[in-house]
Amino acid sequence: MTTQILISGFGGQGVLFAGKFIAYKGLLEEKEVSWLPSYGPEMRGGTASCSIIISDEAVGSPIIANPDVLIAMNLPSLDKYEPACVPGAKLFLDETLITRKVTRTDVEAFYIPATQLARDAGIPTLGNMILAGNMIRETGIVAMEGVEEVLKKVISAKHADLLQANLHALQIGYQYTKEML
Amino acid sequence: MAEKVLMKGNEAIAEAAIRAGCRHYFGYPITPQTEIAAYMAKRMPKIGGTFLQAESEIAAINMVYGVAAAGMRVMTSSSSPGVSLKQEGISYIAGCDLPALIINVQRGGPGLGGIQPSQSDYFQATKGGGHGDYHLIVLAPASVQEMADLTIQAFTLADKYRCPAMLLADGTMGQMMEPVILPEPQTSAVEKPWAVTGTQNKRPHNIINSLCLRPEQLEKANFERYEKYKQIEANEVLYESFMMEDAEYCVVAFGIAARVSKNAVISARKNGIKVGMIRPITLWPFPTDAIAAAAKQVKGFVCAELSMGQMIEDVRLASACTKPVLLCNRVGGMIITPEEVLEKINTLAAL
Amino acid sequence: MHVQYNCTKFVLHDCTDTMTCICKAYGINMIVFEKPKALTDVPMHYCPGCAHGIIHRLVAETIDALGIVGNTVGVVPVGCAVMAYDYFACDMVEAAHGRAPAVATGLKRAMPDRVIFTYQGDGDLASIGMAETVHSATRNENITVVFVNNAIYGMTGGQMAPTSLPGQVTQTSPYGRDIKTAGFPIRVSEMLATLDGPAYIERVAVNNVKNVRNAKKAIQKAFQNQLEGKGFSFIEVISTCPTNWGMTPSQAMKWVETDMIPYYPLGVYKDKYADVTGDIGNTGEVQ
Repeated sequence: MTTQILISGFGGQGVLFAGKFIAYKGLLEEKEVSWLPSYGPEMRGGTASCSIIISDEAVGSPIIANPDVLIAMNLPSLDKYEPACVPGAKLFLDETLITRKVTRTDVEAFYIPATQLARDAGIPTLGNMILAGNMIRETGIVAMEGVEEVLKKVISAKHADLLQANLHALQIGYQYTKEML
Repeated sequence: MAEKVLMKGNEAIAEAAIRAGCRHYFGYPITPQTEIAAYMAKRMPKIGGTFLQAESEIAAINMVYGVAAAGMRVMTSSSSPGVSLKQEGISYIAGCDLPALIINVQRGGPGLGGIQPSQSDYFQATKGGGHGDYHLIVLAPASVQEMADLTIQAFTLADKYRCPAMLLADGTMGQMMEPVILPEPQTSAVEKPWAVTGTQNKRPHNIINSLCLRPEQLEKANFERYEKYKQIEANEVLYESFMMEDAEYCVVAFGIAARVSKNAVISARKNGIKVGMIRPITLWPFPTDAIAAAAKQVKGFVCAELSMGQMIEDVRLASACTKPVLLCNRVGGMIITPEEVLEKINTLAAL
Repeated sequence: MHVQYNCTKFVLHDCTDTMTCICKAYGINMIVFEKPKALTDVPMHYCPGCAHGIIHRLVAETIDALGIVGNTVGVVPVGCAVMAYDYFACDMVEAAHGRAPAVATGLKRAMPDRVIFTYQGDGDLASIGMAETVHSATRNENITVVFVNNAIYGMTGGQMAPTSLPGQVTQTSPYGRDIKTAGFPIRVSEMLATLDGPAYIERVAVNNVKNVRNAKKAIQKAFQNQLEGKGFSFIEVISTCPTNWGMTPSQAMKWVETDMIPYYPLGVYKDKYADVTGDIGNTGEVQ
């Protein structure tokens, strides 16, 4: 099986980091993975995206044209990538920042107020990991078990103090359901 | 077995170079390869090596020339416009028969072009690039693992043949992360009695020089260098053959274009088209014999590349134009899709 | 070149040489004149009256004096000194036009315990290679740079150099260097002296015995600095090009004094390790 995940949002929202986390989790589950960022002159505030492929077989092209999973952290990302998703795709949207609903009916949409949840939890910059946590729960592409080990790999020693916050964000996302509200 | 780590292609090159015993790096910032410089800046001071951000790509390649003249493993990295600037130094290094590694993480051109992936420096890399008759050994990685492995290989070949080598990657390869098993550290086993390390009053002085004002001598030097190139062509060709056993059609692609094409080959097979792929790993020496052999077996070729059609000339030469060769290309930073390659395969099959 | 008078005992003999006779008479083992060991036996190609030979000799004498010939690597330019790799007996590298300081940087970084020097002309160092010059200076690379300024491109047949004087007639400034279109000469020593990096910058000349002696002292200091790890040491030598200046060798030496030195005053422009910077004169007399 091969899953193509696209994460997109503003630069600075942690799009690339969330992608790296997911790819590394796949790696530690002994899957084949690739991670490909968009790169450009904009460092903060512009649009950033990354493509992650997790597969049981060697990854061919690392470029994703039609994602199976889309994590959209802003409206331009949803506008751009919603039409590209495969039928049956799962879309995870930051409901705090994206005010519209998904228009396609052949995909499954999950609305998570990630930015709001992050603010409420005192970890305002970690909406990305809340969305990642929810994606893990709803897709099962990778397991929640062992995420701490992955965080140790992707968080540099300099920022080791952020490990618990990231773990917390993942858990918030993983546990989040509409019924909670 | 060593641990698999998730690493960017650019970082894998840098780490592999260090493990190849390279202790001297000179570069100048340019997207999309700057991670190499950043990695070297961080690591080299800790292992007693040199990281130097040169004033220009021209200066950087000439610093490489200096270290290579001293007989030590050395590298520089850049991206297309920067590699153009390095051509003067590369020609000198080739003319002095010095081993060195040049990395080109290609971006779209010509001119300042863009910063997105491209393969349009194929001619520059494989046909000389600078002035005069010379070749680089050109290796084209198609995965982060190969970014590491071929970096080691490039140093080995450069030392073995006293010849500059180039790793011809592209923006995708440089920026993407994949699992990689880093190679074991190694050292060069090649003696370099020609190096300018000081005579120590024990030998006549060594001269590293490409000037030769007597035509008969310069001709002789060129002939001798091309004898060496013949050895490289005979011994060092690398390519991957994918599903070629029973293939009726053949895709030829390298680097990122080969990654994309592999998906297309698999799809075409599912549709009942017997297609395979030859992926040159050494672009020079080019796998001419493999293509020639394929030309006897298949009905035609698709050459997939991110240029206006550069490698396709070598495919046509190798196949002596006995079979049709279709070009599947995107340029300017656009990347071909598996669908586009598949469409060309279908076109070829319908001929 | 190698003239040696060698006798060890007093012997009566037919004498054809006064010096030998005197030596023999006094039992002196005397070397009157000798080529420096740091120079090879390859005959130099320089034109009559060209000062490259003098400057080569000063560099070679310095290498001999410091006993470093086996530990030195020289980098030569593109220009008249392009074939100097054949003349110096130490290991040598021929660099691309203007790139010698970059090549020397690579060599020095690779072999910090070796002595690395470049030998460059004005077109090489001050025109096409200005970036390499300035940046190796500002990095304070621990190398020695010998800059031969003769205000013209010699090897290519006498074109205008960045250091050609205003009004100077050359092949590419046939009506004289017009400062309105070709700009002004670059005073490289003065310019580099504005940088915090370099350790030592001095301009010397080789147009008379006194200046040659001073030049030798300066070159020796520039090499000594490197041995002591003091950093970038730069000696600009005002030189001649009688062939392309269209002068006799003696006229050329005179022109150095009357035209070159007034524009390019001799002296120490920077010495990080001196208590007091040496005087900069404008008469060719170094204090």
